[in-house]
Amino acid sequence: MLHPVVRTILQRLGLGLITLFVVSLILFSSIEFLPGDFGEAVLGQAALPETVAAFRKELGLDLPLHERYFDWLGGMLTGDMGNSFSGRGSSGGTDRSRPVIELLAPRLANTLFLASMAAIISVPLALFLGITAALYRNSIYDRSVNALTLTTISFPEFFVAYLLILILSSFLKLFPSLANISPDAPFWDRAYLTFLPALTLTLVIVAHMMRMTRAAIINLMASPYIEMAELKGASKSEIILRHALPNAWAPIVTVIAFNLAYLVVGVVVVEVVFVYPGVGQLMVDAVTTRDVPVVQGCAMIFAATYILLNLFADIISIITNPRLLHPR
Amino acid sequence: MVDIKDLEKAARAGKLDRREFIKRAGALGLSLPFATSLLSQSVHAAMPKRGGKFVQGSRHGGTTDTLDPGTHENGFMQNVVYTYANHLFEVDNTGELIPELAESFEASKDAKTWVIKLRKGVEFHNGKSFGADDVVSSMNHHRGEDSKSAGKSLLDAVVDMKKTGPHEVTFKLSGGNADFPFILSDYHFAILPDFNGQMDWQAGFGTGGFVLQSFEPGVRATFKRNPNYFKSNRAHFDEVETISLVDTTARQNAVMNQEVHAINGVDPKTVHLLGRNPSISILETTGTLHYTFPMRVTMAPFDNYDLRMAVKLSVDREQLVKKILLGHGAVGNDSPIASSMPYYNDKMPQRKYDPDKAKFHLKKAGMEGITLDLSTSEAAFSGAVDAALLVKDSAAKAGLSVNVVREPKDGYWSNVWNKKAWCACYWGGRPTPDWMFTAAYVADSNWNDTDWRTGPKADRFNKLVVAARSELDTSKRREMYFEAQELVNDDGGLVLPMFANYIHALNKKVAHDEQVAGNWESDGNKNVERWWFA
Repeated sequence: MLHPVVRTILQRLGLGLITLFVVSLILFSSIEFLPGDFGEAVLGQAALPETVAAFRKELGLDLPLHERYFDWLGGMLTGDMGNSFSGRGSSGGTDRSRPVIELLAPRLANTLFLASMAAIISVPLALFLGITAALYRNSIYDRSVNALTLTTISFPEFFVAYLLILILSSFLKLFPSLANISPDAPFWDRAYLTFLPALTLTLVIVAHMMRMTRAAIINLMASPYIEMAELKGASKSEIILRHALPNAWAPIVTVIAFNLAYLVVGVVVVEVVFVYPGVGQLMVDAVTTRDVPVVQGCAMIFAATYILLNLFADIISIITNPRLLHPR
Repeated sequence: MVDIKDLEKAARAGKLDRREFIKRAGALGLSLPFATSLLSQSVHAAMPKRGGKFVQGSRHGGTTDTLDPGTHENGFMQNVVYTYANHLFEVDNTGELIPELAESFEASKDAKTWVIKLRKGVEFHNGKSFGADDVVSSMNHHRGEDSKSAGKSLLDAVVDMKKTGPHEVTFKLSGGNADFPFILSDYHFAILPDFNGQMDWQAGFGTGGFVLQSFEPGVRATFKRNPNYFKSNRAHFDEVETISLVDTTARQNAVMNQEVHAINGVDPKTVHLLGRNPSISILETTGTLHYTFPMRVTMAPFDNYDLRMAVKLSVDREQLVKKILLGHGAVGNDSPIASSMPYYNDKMPQRKYDPDKAKFHLKKAGMEGITLDLSTSEAAFSGAVDAALLVKDSAAKAGLSVNVVREPKDGYWSNVWNKKAWCACYWGGRPTPDWMFTAAYVADSNWNDTDWRTGPKADRFNKLVVAARSELDTSKRREMYFEAQELVNDDGGLVLPMFANYIHALNKKVAHDEQVAGNWESDGNKNVERWWFA
């Protein structure tokens, strides 16, 4: 008999795989509904119908939908995301398309780098602000932290980004407004270049996490066991850190996971403003050129990120919650 | 109005001597010491200096870019290929065609056979010496049945190409073409090293002034100066980085914050604000990019000459240039040949907004009270919807009612353009009249978006284009092209109200020759080897 935690984790993992499979189905069929096709997009409007047909055949676009789906799914399962469409339209008889994985890998690394930079700044900051705001509830400090973070989350990302560029790079000349990092640059150079986009993302996500931390702790403060601790004579910070926080992890971690997933999949706007070579930009480019394998690859990675991070959050909330750990 | 910039220009072009310059500057109210200092600055600026790392932002570039010249379609790759590679011919900064990797050329009387002698002693970046084989494989890359090169149709007329010496290649054309060297200057036809009879583009070795160091599609390309470059007066920077900055705001921020030295594609709406920045100078070139409203002459009511004339006369060109291009452009004259192109007809009277004359033609056509549908979309050009509304406004005063139909952006080029009777469109332009006419105005072109193919005047036009193509006598050729432009202007279905400027923003440290090419943006996309740090 498996330990209930292991069993739950396995269950979640299985559910995650099923979700991924459903996502792949929806993804594949919705891409079918995109108007236009790659053959027409790459060969131009003056192309003859025969040329387009020959090209579609070369790409395997003439096969029935289900055949193409299982081909693709089989490839994905063995780690082969196929080759991009673009490059095949070029000259010479030979195939010059690039494997999707080769296009995706360096950009995914960049995206993860930016996401971790933003996470390293924002998660501790949000926790700190949330805990202290709960500690000094309804003080001026609490109100101003709330007001400030709510203000930054209310502005659209591009506005925050341009504001930061204006102040920190145009006026003060502290940080560059272009974050076009190159893969072979040393770590600190990359961290320096990535600072402004990471700060933008931090400002956008910190309010959500901070307010959830604050609310979760305050919620617990009304429970009898906290009253007990108070009567025992524990200090306020002790009560929050030792008694309230462990029980508040579950909702906090869920929100953090949600925001981390957002950092990976939802930063196209920030990428565009700072010219950051991440996955979002690649996916937008691929959609406009109807480069279906690349779109599918990006979307599957996004879906997997969401599912994994949520799984992770679930596991942490189970481990930290005695009631879930020892179910009756 | 003459201003000091014009004077400086004239002085640098040698049209003004020092005495005359000071006299005229005095007339403009400048003191003598200031005027002389201006003159010396101008002359100093004309002396290229070596050194520095040049960083530029391009408005183009995508993850689908490759180093294969057959796939080049956007400004980023054009700029890259013109930086690390050379072509047989080059359009120089004054717009003139000069030999580049070619040393000299000879055409037969019928302009069908071209013998091109190649430059000797040139080396590729990998040390291989340049010869006829490289030209043959580089050209063959774009020819042949299964070539999918974007430049393929330009070489369709080449029926045979042979190495006729270690440094000589002979081209045979199916029909005479006096502009053939112009075609060979096209960015697709970069000369890259031959490897076992095939062009080797994968390695990124060229003969150009800069050696390609790294290339990340859609992100950047970096270069180092080629110490063995065969041009002595070009390639002044030590290092170059070209970055793709597709977002306009990001691009303009980058040049304002001095993170790049030059950008192209400045937004006309904010160019005056950018120009106020003390570290930036604005560079505008009038090129061949033009915005049009083609009428399909085979579809009613545009099959009527007088109605077409009424439409042409009821478009207020000055207003369109002022409001759509915000003054950053030139008025068009219903002919696709730009003033910067060879054989531009400067004798043809400029068509003006004339509601009365338009009314007269409308009455003559017997179509008073008619309503015309004008299809438009932002896909055609930025501001195309507003432009169509301005046309509607000015046409109303001529008694012509225009119904502006807003079409979806997606699929505009496949569903609207070249199909609907009257729509908005843009053309990037071509370097020569023959090329431009062949692309979109001759009878057998698929892109003939005015469908102006038959009728006595169209027949005459088509004959003229064919005859002019193989005519080597420039004065005869001029006459033919002048007449051809008049025919398009008069009988064709083309409404061409404006040519748009290419607008660049440059850090003041960047210097360039007085004349900057307008055949493409960024000094004909050869800015990297032409510009320097003052």
